[in-house]
Amino acid sequence: MPTLVSHPDEVKVVSRRFGQGAADIDKYVELDGYKAVQEAIAKGPEWIINEMKASGLRGRGGAGFPTGMKWSFVPKQSEKPKYVLVNGDESEPGTCKDHVLFLHDPHSVIEGTMIAGLAIGSKLGFIYLRGEYRYLLKIVEKAVADAYAKGFLGKNIFGTGVDFDVITQTGAGAYEVGEESALMESLEGKRGVPRIKPPFPAVVGLYGGPTVINNAETIANAPHILLMGGEAYAKLGSERNGGTRLFGISGHVERPGVYELPMGYSLRKAIYDVAGGIKDGKKLKAIVPGGSSCPVMLPEEIDVGLDFDQMGKAGTMLGSGGIVVLDETVSIVEFALRTIAFYQHESCGWCIPCREGTDWIKKTLTRVYNGGGNKKDVDNVQYLAENMLGRTFCPLGDAAAMPTIAFVKKFRKEFEDYIAGNKAGTPIITVEQLVGAH
Amino acid sequence: MSEIANTIFSPELAARFDKLVTIYPLRRSALVPMLLYAQDEVGYVSDAVIAEIAERIGLLELDVRNVLSYYSMLRTKPAGKYNVQVCTNISCMLRGGYEILDHCKHKLGIGHKETTSDGVFSLEEVECIGACCWAPAIQINYDFHDDLTPEKVDVLFQMYRDGQGKDVK
Amino acid sequence: MPDVKFTVDGKQLTAPAGTFLIEACKTNGIEVPAFCYYPGISLKAACRMCVVRIEKMPKLQTACTTPVSEGMVVQTETPEIAQARKATLQLLLGNHPLDCPVCDAGGECELQDMTFKYGAAESFYAEPKHHREEQKWSPVVYYDRPRCILCYRCISMCGEGMDVFALGIQARGSSSVIAPNVPAQMSPDDLAHVDCEQCGMCIDACPVGALTSGTYRYKTRPWEMNHVSTVCTHCGDGCKTTLGVRSTSDGSEIVRGDNRDKSGINNDFLCNKGRYAFDFANNETRITQPLVRQPNGELKPVSWETAFDHVGKKLRELRDTRGGKSIGVIGSNRTTNEEAYLLQKFARTVLGTNNIDHHRTADYVSFAQSLAGNTDRTASLRDTLTASAILLVGGDPTIQAPGTAWNIRTNVRNHRGRLYVANSAEIKLRRQAKSFLHLAPFGYSALASYFAGDAAAGSEAVGDTDALTTFREAIKAEENLLILIGSELRGKDLKKLIDFGLTLPGAKFALISDYANSRGAADMGLLPDLLPGYTPLAGNTTFAEYNTPAAPGLDMIEIFEAAERGDLSALYVVGSNPVSRYGIDPASLKDTFVVVQDMFLTETAVLADVILPAANLYEKSGSVTNSYGDLQLVSKAGDRAGVRTDFEMIVRIADKMGANMRELIPFGKGTRADMGQSRGVHSGEADRHAVWLAANNMEPKLSPFDPFAILDEIQRLVPGYNLLRLQLLSGNDQHLQPAASSNGLVQIGSRRDLVLPANDTLFTSGTLGRYSTMLSDLQHNESLRPPTGLTQIQPAAD
Ligand SMILES: Cc1cc2nc3c(=O)[nH]c(=O)nc-3n(C[C@H](O)[C@H](O)[C@H](O)COP(=O)(O)O)c2cc1C
Ligand code: SF4
Ligand code: SF4
Ligand code: SF4
Ligand code: SF4
Ligand code: FES
Ligand code: FES
Repeated sequence: MPTLVSHPDEVKVVSRRFGQGAADIDKYVELDGYKAVQEAIAKGPEWIINEMKASGLRGRGGAGFPTGMKWSFVPKQSEKPKYVLVNGDESEPGTCKDHVLFLHDPHSVIEGTMIAGLAIGSKLGFIYLRGEYRYLLKIVEKAVADAYAKGFLGKNIFGTGVDFDVITQTGAGAYEVGEESALMESLEGKRGVPRIKPPFPAVVGLYGGPTVINNAETIANAPHILLMGGEAYAKLGSERNGGTRLFGISGHVERPGVYELPMGYSLRKAIYDVAGGIKDGKKLKAIVPGGSSCPVMLPEEIDVGLDFDQMGKAGTMLGSGGIVVLDETVSIVEFALRTIAFYQHESCGWCIPCREGTDWIKKTLTRVYNGGGNKKDVDNVQYLAENMLGRTFCPLGDAAAMPTIAFVKKFRKEFEDYIAGNKAGTPIITVEQLVGAH
Repeated sequence: MSEIANTIFSPELAARFDKLVTIYPLRRSALVPMLLYAQDEVGYVSDAVIAEIAERIGLLELDVRNVLSYYSMLRTKPAGKYNVQVCTNISCMLRGGYEILDHCKHKLGIGHKETTSDGVFSLEEVECIGACCWAPAIQINYDFHDDLTPEKVDVLFQMYRDGQGKDVK
Repeated sequence: MPDVKFTVDGKQLTAPAGTFLIEACKTNGIEVPAFCYYPGISLKAACRMCVVRIEKMPKLQTACTTPVSEGMVVQTETPEIAQARKATLQLLLGNHPLDCPVCDAGGECELQDMTFKYGAAESFYAEPKHHREEQKWSPVVYYDRPRCILCYRCISMCGEGMDVFALGIQARGSSSVIAPNVPAQMSPDDLAHVDCEQCGMCIDACPVGALTSGTYRYKTRPWEMNHVSTVCTHCGDGCKTTLGVRSTSDGSEIVRGDNRDKSGINNDFLCNKGRYAFDFANNETRITQPLVRQPNGELKPVSWETAFDHVGKKLRELRDTRGGKSIGVIGSNRTTNEEAYLLQKFARTVLGTNNIDHHRTADYVSFAQSLAGNTDRTASLRDTLTASAILLVGGDPTIQAPGTAWNIRTNVRNHRGRLYVANSAEIKLRRQAKSFLHLAPFGYSALASYFAGDAAAGSEAVGDTDALTTFREAIKAEENLLILIGSELRGKDLKKLIDFGLTLPGAKFALISDYANSRGAADMGLLPDLLPGYTPLAGNTTFAEYNTPAAPGLDMIEIFEAAERGDLSALYVVGSNPVSRYGIDPASLKDTFVVVQDMFLTETAVLADVILPAANLYEKSGSVTNSYGDLQLVSKAGDRAGVRTDFEMIVRIADKMGANMRELIPFGKGTRADMGQSRGVHSGEADRHAVWLAANNMEPKLSPFDPFAILDEIQRLVPGYNLLRLQLLSGNDQHLQPAASSNGLVQIGSRRDLVLPANDTLFTSGTLGRYSTMLSDLQHNESLRPPTGLTQIQPAAD
């Protein structure tokens, strides 16, 4: 079981009920659960969307798209039914925040789904969890069943005459299915290959109907925003980055864990204060700030606020909120290899640049790692990654290219030294492991 | 159509599938969960499983194979009773994931995607399983075990051998 | 859709809104490279080769998925774009074997072309390549994963285009493979196979050499072949097929068939037979020397001269002693119009008999007569692609006329055509139908009566008469309905259906038959009671220049009945196997002098006294008319020493019989000077042919062996065959309407039903098909089909 952590700098909004047994519906109700949705029914879609816009909430799945705006894109009139889709595929390496959310507060996801449904005029929501999260799926399934039993879901919810249903769904192992259109394909019983865009999901989504898709944490924020008011929520965060966010800090820190910090919180403080600094008193070497797809940062770059805009300006991304900390013992060559190996394994294979690029870079870095590298390899890897960037069918190609480019650019010398026989860091993957695994 | 005579599944699972295909706007949405649940019961996705699921949903077997081969959790060969899945992705790697993997290989005497001769354990190196903050982490069947050390792994294996671990079902 | 204006590479262009940029560019001569895009199938956006720069867009965009919009400014070739394409190619080539010198696609490979164009050949790839063995999925389809660039065209072609869905994509990432529907572990030989229609469309669509055809593999290189466009001999659709021809020691051999430039009546389509079933020509049992039966009963090879002498002498003698009426002639569904016309003219004017018929696979006589007096009521094959609504009564185009089926599917998919199907079998096309009426067995007659207004007949046609009413009302509401009719409807049933259809404004008709020139055979008058163009024997003026017996002759059945009675002195069979088709007792021909022109020792040929080795449709020139009445030229592709065209053989026999050759074939210069005084049966009559030629600015043909001399006469005399020469000569098809005159018709009601549908499957083609090794292989392959229903194809309709 994931251990809960805490730090005084935390501002608990979505994590407010963590550790309080809120997976139990009565407990959830006692802790102000299902109030926001009733207010939402009373006040109507326009009010919901206005509050969401005012909150400055931006998508917690990675891209940071303003949620209120996304909801407002859904056409009011539609021949086909509209849907709400909750993305709980959480598979970006370094990310485990939705894990805790489903575990400790599944009802907030359900309530958020209902609110999104009310905002766009949908009567059916789906909550999709990655296949590995079976025990969490059971928790969510129980929460959904309890909500039905109480009349919070189904026909005539809360006696208001409004209908809303929720269906839970499991994946079966595929990172790419976290991409929104691939998720829809998967939910329709197909291979997790993304769709051509446009049309965007808000217009043509699941089963061809207009669909709002949000990350589980994004959705779980909705009831809190309605309860505290959009503006109050916005004030918790930084400019154009409303509210708080769950950050999962992992790797070489003393106190890894999922912390809820205000948007814009200092990265340095997150590492050195909140997570207790570098493990075993070692030196910081690098940070992958928002899941494995984000360009790596150097120790001198960490005086930056954790929000979408400031991280963008710093040449990287806030991403999924999974901050991975690397100490001085890490070989970047090895880390880059492990990263590209992941994308190679998870590439859906649909488009040429991603399918072939991840495979090629992985093969080259493997050879380099095994001591068979030559000088040109560094340039080649950079060339390949740069030629994947922006050219693929979906953002996974970018997610593979961006960190690769950053590793090679920021640690070029380490790659060159490695090839020349001076290996920095302490490689841990054995040659045998490399061959066997992927 | 959903009710199948001579189903290969247990009555409970068959009943569950009968219902599952009806809850979605399109039957086909039941495909991925059905494959996974069938695998949980049968141990893997056999040709017979494919045939029955294709029939239940009204798909060609080829369609089912196309989908099934996409998802990394679905397998077409049997695995051990307890499938040990060791994460070696970045957060786990930084905190000893490969050490755990090596330890498991050594302890169980098997490699990636292999099964012990008694059929009790199988081993798999997997990508991030969403337990990065509690690394290194593994899953045995669907259960998470985190913040591991080789010693803790030994205790776990013994527990499973003693029949105290959870089955898939 | 209204037009929008946009700019590509500095050029102002317009195109209908919604057009994809790649198509709009192509129309304007700007070629944007593409691997995964293929017109008419679903978009993929997978290869990223078609990237272009669109102003105001942050990234390069794919031209294949971007619709043009007003004011759009596009660049298609900049250094940035060239680099993107080059890199994509380099990435692709990383795992590609680059075995162009031995690859079947070498020289015709889109990847090879692109690599050359974008200079991506110099590879810095130093890693091991993924290797997989090539797989034989069927006698027709081979798959080589290393060469596959995963463009997914094949999958869509098979699924969307063919409605077969035999191919899928499995695994993911760089392990992705195209997979056929029979996995290795479910197949007796532990190898993966494809259980499908074997059309080869997937191979055709494959931009590289990943899918190759069993018939052509490693045989030759594209540039070592000559390519001859001609018409497929197999079904009544008359698809254009391009035959790859290579010289051999005894002529030239056809080594490949394909739909090379997709410029024909069949557009993108070609079925298995049109693509691969040309190999009968090379069958080792082919006859290449004339054979004459000796007194001891044996067949002995003789010289051509001896054979023709013998036949000419014998036929002349029998005509003169026992009369023309004692001679029967059977023509072919697969010879050219010129040969069919010449044969009937030879029978009528030289042998002096109307005892002439052919194996009828649909009732074109009733069809023409029912439409007599109407114009613009017949449909072309091309119309099946565009008609807003189609009613298909009877027939099973998927099997009998695959080109028609392809067009219908494409129409429904891409042009939203509405298809109505009435059939007693659950034919595959019902899956595209808006409405499917499942008729009772033999319910066609009742259905026709019901449509014609006999309400009581409804219950005989179907169980659910409400459905029938709804069906009829839906049809009646359609404007410009295309009514496609199977051979089940004949005689008065056919007439009733057509009469009903004629009440619908704009409705057009077509009748489906079975072979390349089934329709032509009927049009050309291979009929005992009608002259070419369905012209009645009695009282006609059109063919007055012929000396034709006035009384109708014996039909196919009667000819053999006469033989049975000992009344048939001679039987002349050209390209037909009636003994097998009609189950004729060989003994019945024992007193008949039988001459057979064929390629093989068929059941009919073995009974012959003289067998003359014939060229097939791929070895001659002339014209054929498909089921719809679309006329096309065929061209000589193959050449085989020792065989002659049916045309030449008829001419030679006529000559040996002492016929007036200029009367039989209008050839030769100098006829104009005396205005035909030397020609024409009625003395003093002008040479109408010469006059007509002059009026049409045409030169007379110089040789009696030139089939175009007969084409000239067909054009001059046969009602409905008023063709446009230029069209024809430029290789285009043209639609002709039968022009049966409305008076003096044989009563349809009292006519004997002589239609015998061929009942071919996808892998048979009458007697001819038996000599195709490829088709035999496929039949054998079919017999290995696993018992489970892995695919959705239907067995042939009975
Ligand atoms: C390859 C890939 C994987 C993704 N995985 C996830 C995921 O696991 N969870 C998630 O919420 N979003 C994921 N996303 C982002 C989603 O596509 C989508 O932007 C998000 O669910 C929208 O929700 P939000 O606006 O609330 O962030 C992924 C995107 C890509 C390209
Ligand atoms: S970038 Fe292309 S290959 Fe990669 S996951 Fe996306 S669609 Fe698939
Ligand atoms: S039916 Fe067979 S040959 Fe035709 S496209 Fe499909 S797989 Fe290819
Ligand atoms: S086999 Fe050919 S058509 Fe099919 S995906 Fe591969 S390259 Fe494309
Ligand atoms: S559809 Fe008919 S004409 Fe066309 S290729 Fe096939 S058999 Fe030949
Ligand atoms: S990296 Fe191992 S659980 Fe995320
Ligand atoms: S042709 Fe446009 S992506 Fe392939």
